Parts: sequence; structure tokens; C-alpha cells
Amino acid sequence: MPKRIDPDTETVTFTFEGQIIRARPGDTVASALAASGIRHLRDSAVSGEPRGIFCMMGACFDCLVEVNGQPNRQACMTPVSQDLAVSRQRGGVEVKI
Amino acid sequence: MTQLKDVVIIGAGPAGMACAVEAASKGLSTVVLDENPQPGGQIYRAIESATENRLRVLGQDYARGRELASEFRQANGVDYRPGSTVWNIGPDRLVEFSRDGKSSAIRAGHLVVATGAIERPCPLPGWTLPGVTTAGALQILLKTSGITYEGAVLTGSGPLLWLLAAQMVDAGSPPKAIVETVPRERLFRTLPELIAALGAREYLLKGMSMIRKVKRSGVRIHLGAEDIAIEGSGAVSAIRFRSKGTEHRIATDTVALHQGVVPNQQVTRLLGCRHFWDDNQKCFRPELSEDRETSCAHVYVAGDGGGIEGAKSAEMQGRLVGLAIAEKEGRGTGPRITELRLALKREARVRPFLEKLYTPSRQILHPDDATVICRCEEVTAGSVRETVAQGAPGPNQVKSFLRTGMGPCQGRICGLVVTSVISESSGKSPDDVDYYRIRPPLKPLPLAELADYSADMPDSRDPA
Amino acid sequence: MNNNSITSDVLVVGGGLVGAAIAWGLLDRGLTVTVLDEGDIALRASRGNFGLVWVQSKGDKMHEYARWTRRSADLWPDFAEHLAEETGISPNYEKPGGLHFILSEEEDRRVRAQHQRMHDVNGERGYGAEMLDRQQLDKLVPGLGPEVISGSYCKHDGHANPLLLLHALHKGLGLRGGRYIPDGRVETLERDGDGFRATTSHGSYLGGRIVLAAGHGNKVLGPMLGLDVPIHPEKGEILVTERVAPLLPMPTHVLRQTNEGTIMIGDSHENTGYSTDSVIPVMSGIAQYAIRCFPALRNLRVVRSWGAVRILSTDGFPVYQQSTDFSGAYTINCHSGVTLAAAHAGPLARMIAEGEFEPEITAFSPRRFDHA
Repeated sequence: MPKRIDPDTETVTFTFEGQIIRARPGDTVASALAASGIRHLRDSAVSGEPRGIFCMMGACFDCLVEVNGQPNRQACMTPVSQDLAVSRQRGGVEVKI
Repeated sequence: MTQLKDVVIIGAGPAGMACAVEAASKGLSTVVLDENPQPGGQIYRAIESATENRLRVLGQDYARGRELASEFRQANGVDYRPGSTVWNIGPDRLVEFSRDGKSSAIRAGHLVVATGAIERPCPLPGWTLPGVTTAGALQILLKTSGITYEGAVLTGSGPLLWLLAAQMVDAGSPPKAIVETVPRERLFRTLPELIAALGAREYLLKGMSMIRKVKRSGVRIHLGAEDIAIEGSGAVSAIRFRSKGTEHRIATDTVALHQGVVPNQQVTRLLGCRHFWDDNQKCFRPELSEDRETSCAHVYVAGDGGGIEGAKSAEMQGRLVGLAIAEKEGRGTGPRITELRLALKREARVRPFLEKLYTPSRQILHPDDATVICRCEEVTAGSVRETVAQGAPGPNQVKSFLRTGMGPCQGRICGLVVTSVISESSGKSPDDVDYYRIRPPLKPLPLAELADYSADMPDSRDPA
Repeated sequence: MNNNSITSDVLVVGGGLVGAAIAWGLLDRGLTVTVLDEGDIALRASRGNFGLVWVQSKGDKMHEYARWTRRSADLWPDFAEHLAEETGISPNYEKPGGLHFILSEEEDRRVRAQHQRMHDVNGERGYGAEMLDRQQLDKLVPGLGPEVISGSYCKHDGHANPLLLLHALHKGLGLRGGRYIPDGRVETLERDGDGFRATTSHGSYLGGRIVLAAGHGNKVLGPMLGLDVPIHPEKGEILVTERVAPLLPMPTHVLRQTNEGTIMIGDSHENTGYSTDSVIPVMSGIAQYAIRCFPALRNLRVVRSWGAVRILSTDGFPVYQQSTDFSGAYTINCHSGVTLAAAHAGPLARMIAEGEFEPEITAFSPRRFDHA
């Protein structure tokens, strides 16, 4: 179970799959979701199996999510900001014509 | 016109920061490109914004990064560009990078690769389940966001495993268990290295006190663990292993893996620098001169990207490279280069002991057939072995046939395991097997950004 | 005599798409075959193939080549099925037809004229390509950019996954009892009795017949057996995007969606010798052209790039040759290793096994350059 060690200073909120997530300045989308106990960030484009954060340093590309409609964003490299709309990356990218 | 800078440094960890400070102090025009929003690299990640509470939990060795970061910030003449992702290095050290969705280029008189290390891949059954991360990932969560985990199980081997455990103890959330893979008899076999390491006894003492702290806090410790498997449906729910002949199963929702760190080779491979297999560190390293110049002229590696030696050495290597470049450019540097070389030798005395004691486990160097080794494309060790048995001579042919290394991580995670599995199946040495050919872009790049890019476009934020 | 020599009915030098397809076909005819291949790092044009099984525009100035290409395309469905059944690896061949986008009036005129010239190239079986106007294109492929004014569509065109094709052929070689020798770069070739000896750094191999299918290596190896191989390199670079939900219903000459979902973008022509380097200005130009054709791709991320050198003869058509000085020695050169794979595994392998080229195939002899 995740736990924050600093006193509560949540100041930023965004949504993940429509659910409101409270985050702190300095968080990335990945760390804020981790702190909220959300582990399943995407479904593999190969097998559909669930995946979550793995390296947290931009190397593994396992934490891909959709951010404000942009697919395949690395959650661990995306700083949180107010009102981001984040959702699970499910398989391949949908290209809108 | 493309800008020309005396020194371009990729990475703002200890090596990159220290190199920039030294090069700029000698009047060389110096640019630092780094992917993160703050300097520090992974070891000093979020060092500038760490709360007192985090500094206490993360400890002295982390906190000392503040001095270097502030020296770096105050250095005159360092053009630091955070949020820059280098995606190619073209002919004559043309460094091409993306920043705020736009690409531009700088030509480097001297290029310093300070891209550090990544965690060694730890392919185990179940390692792709959500809730399984690297130990480094948990530590990064602690550094950037003050997040710790209750009831986590840490498994593998290496100093970082114990350091993270000690930090979690200080954060008030000791791990539920440590499942260490070091074979019990290995400690005796490392006696000669241990004696040689006594010259660096502060490390040994530090390590012992970490381990003591973890043990005292009541963490269950399983030594000599084998046949580790992670279980769960949808996410991790337990870890299973054998230790001292007994099967164990520990329920947990968080598993952190660690088997040491290895050089991040992407940039030096892209450049075509010569590499060699270091059988003590079980990884490839770029060939380096005494001044840490690669086989490509004017390209240097500072820090763990050249071989794993730790944060203190990385900083010294950064300074050494900065001064060595200044010397080449005809700036006097005094006796410091010699002093740094000596200090680096002293600092390295503990490494042979650590490398031998913490040699990665057989299970992750030679995973079972059914274990996925390429996480992006979900390719198993068994299919790599089968392809080698059909005659595929090396990692690039295996990549063509199986898509290992073709996914978004571009081979960062599977590369070393693929080489090691091919080496084992074919009987060729890792040097003969070699590695993926790395091509641009070093990180995925939007098609439109590539289409709009021209090397002659100035970075819009450059001073006129 | 080297005691380590291994003897086969046929030695095939080169384990790329051409060599592997021929070897696989020869094995089906009961011959013993050894394939000598280079190591992990080699020019390997086969690993740089775009994956089109392409009929339109091929052989405009040499109708034998147009017919040979069409013959292979017609054989592809059975070939793909056979290969998948035997090896369990499908080359993912699909034949939805293929499109060539036209972005200028000048190009429109050029392609129309080509259709005219080629319309009876296959007699009553038809050339198979037709011009489509913009409205017709929109029905076929939604999302084209405003600069696309027309297109040439050919129902015989299709695409396959060249890497899976190569993998399947290699696996098939093994299953059919062929011998595949990696890291076996051939250094010398010579007559040995009635057959041939190929010497590599780790041993020599004997064969009653020999097929040189070593890509650019043929230029060096051919003369050792009296075969002049007039080929030169031309680099092509390719970009590959992240995986995309099904988007492109058919392959086009510059873009195609693979079975995995990635989009491959390519078609550069560079005269840079044997270099296979990625060159950013070229990659940037490829990206620009792809966005002009299909603007919705602009936000997709490029994950990989590669460069490879095509094997081109002076006129761009294949060079197939049977040595007159050394009976039983062949050299096979072409840059369409995927399109022609079915013809290489089928009729060409049969002709080599029987020792005689069909009359139409003799058009590919390099003698055609003698009077140039």
C-alpha cells in the first residue's frame, strides 16, 4: 500500500478514467496515480495484459497513458497539472481522421 | 546556422553537473541537455525540491547532492536546458534534441555522454504484472513525491536493495520481506576481494549499518532465494520462492526487483563507440581512455554510463572530463587531473568486492524458457533460444525474427538479456554476440516534429 | 582436400530472402542444400525490405519483368499458405490491392502514360492497374491530404511482413532438412571436380551446383566463377511508428500498416555507397511526404528507423545468370526479394534444379548490357 511521508499539501487535481486524483506539486502523472493506489495504467498492445509503472525514469515505456487525448504518453515523464484528463492506454493508438 | 558549443553534456546527474562546472570555469562554452525538469539525475532526483523529511529518510549520501546542484546552478557560463530529450547525434557531433515539442540542434566541439545507468533487467515469471517495479522506481517515488509502500517485498541483490530497505524503515514503512538471491557460500568466496576493499572501509561500514538497521526493524530476510516467481491476476498478489530448501509464498501487492545497475548504452551505441563485455559487471561498457574519451574522437563518457562506479566516482569523473577537455583546448588545469585520477582509483577499491558478491542471479541472467524477456513485444527467452537453434547468429537477426527490442523502449530493457541468452545458447562470447544496432530516434519522436525539423533552425529560446 | 568439407547437391551463398526462398524451393525438389550466410551484422537488404508485394509500375521498360512480377504475385497466396502451414509462421500476406498516391499533374500524366504502355503487358489477363480520381480515392482510403489529386490502384498488389517471411523461410529450411550456416561469409569460390568449393573463415563446403544469392556480395563472388554482376547499391530509409489501431486498409507505395499495427513509411533513394546509416534530413523528408499524403499521421511517434541498400542493376531489373564457363553456377540478383519470393521458391528453384532457365527468364541475363 502506498503512503505519503510528507504532510498533506495536495493542491492539484486531475482525472484518471474520470476519477478525480489529488496530486502534489512535483508529482508526475505516474507518481500521483501510484500514491492513489492505481496500479493498472495500460493494456499491452500485444497481449492486452495489464501493465503499470516499472522504471519510473523514462526508460521502459511501460507506464503509457493517454493524456488530454494524446496517446502513448509516458506517465512517469509527464508532470501533473490542474485538470489533466488521463486515461488508460488500451492497445494501439486510435488515429482520428 | 547551427550553434557550435565547446562542450555539450547529455545528462545533469552528478557526472554531468560536475563536468559542466569544471568546463565552464575554464571559459568553455558549455551546454547541458537533460530530460528531467531539475538537475540531479536519478541518484539526486528532485534534490532541489526535497523536503527536510525526505532528506532525513533518504540519508546523507542523497543530501550531499544539494551542494553539487547548487554549485551547478551558480556556475557562470553553463547553459542548462532541462526538459531536453536528445534523439540523435549526427555526423561531427551534431546533437539533435526535442524541447517543448520542437526539435533543434547544437554542434558539440566535445560531447560528454553523462547518461548514467539503468537498472539491470530482472526477467522473472510475473515481472510484467502491475505492482512489480524496479527498486529504483520505488526510490524515485520516494525522492520525487515522498511516496513509500507498506508491505512491499524487495527481491534480488545489491547495495541499492539494502539502501532502499533502510530508507523505507526510516520512512516508517519497513518492507514486509527482503528476498535476497546471493548464494550463501558466495560471501566466503569473496574474501580476497573483501580484504582488498578494506581500503574503502567506509563503504563496508555503511553497508553493514544499513543491513543492521533493516534487520533490527524486524524485516523478514530470506537469503539465497531461488526460483522466484511473482503471482497475481491483473496485478501482483504474492511472491513465491525457495530458500534453504523450503518453499515460501509471501502475499504482497508491491514487489521491487533489483540486481544492480548497468550502463545506459543507447548514446554510445548510436555513436558507434567500441564497447566490450565486462564479465565482472556482466554488462557492456564503452572502451575509454584514461581521460574517459571513447573510441570516437571528442566523445567522452562521465559517470556510470562508462561502467558502474557509483555517484561519488561519477562526480569525480565529470570533473576529470571537464578538465581534460579544457586541457585539450589549451586552458591550464594545474595538478587537479592527477589528483582526480588517484582519488578515482581509491574510490574504485570497493567495486571488485561488490561486483563479485552481487553478481546477478542465474535466474535472471538465464531465464526459463517461458519467461518474457522483452517486455514491450512480450517475447520469451524460449523463443529466442529456438531462433538461435535455427541459426540466427546474433541480436539483430533475433530482433528481425522476433521483434525483441522493436517496441517503444527500443531495447533498453531486453538488450542485455537477449545478448546473454544468445551467448548461452550459441556458445559465443558476449563480445562476439554483441548488441543491437541503435539508430535514431533515441526516444520516440512525433512524425510532425521530425518533418518540421531542420538542423539549421535556432532554438527559439536562445539569446540572440 | 579439406576433410571438414560438407557436400551438398547445391550450395546457396546468401541467407537473405532470395537465397532462403530458392533454397527452400530446392529442398522441396529432393535436393540437399547448404546455405552459407554472413553474421549478425551484414548489409542484409532483406532486413530492410518495405514488405510490398507490388505489381504496378514494375517492368515498364522490360515486359518480361512485368510478367515475372505478376507471376510471383499470382503465386503468393499459395506460397504464403504453404509456408505458414509448414512452419507455423505466417508471413502475413494480404492482397487488398495497392495504391500509388499522385500529388502533381505532371505525375498524373506520367502514370497515365505508363498505364497506356503497360495495358497489354499480360495479354488478356490485363495489367490490373487503373487510375482513380480523388472521389474514388476518398471512398477507398479516407483521410488523404489535400495535395493528393489522384492515384493508381492495382488489385494485384499486396503486402507481407518481410521479417516474418525471412523467419519462416529459415525455419522451413531447417524443417526440410537443409543446412544453414551462419557466420559463414564466403571468402573464395572455386571449381572442385565437377562441383564447387566455397571457403569460409571456418571451413569449406562442397556443392554440385552453386547459387550466388549474396546480394551485394555477388559482385565480389561472381567473378570468381566467371559471372559478371553489374549491380550497385542504392540506399532506402524507413521510419516505423508506434502501434496504431487498424487505419490503412491497403498498402501504398510510401506507407503501409503492418500486421502488428505499426505504420511503415519509406521510399528514399540515396546514392551513398554501401552506407546504411540513418540520415536525419532524409528521415525528415520522408516524414514530410507522409504527412502530405496522410495528415492524420502527424501526431504519431516514430519509434524506429533503418536504412538498407537496394541491389540495383544498371536498368533496375533483375540479373539472373547461369555461368557459361562454369556449368552449374548461378547468380541471382534483384531488389524485390519479397515480391519475387514466391517466384524464387517456385519456378526459379525448379529451373535451377532442372538446370535450364525458361526462355523468358533469359531476358534477365546481364548480356542485355553488352551492347549498351
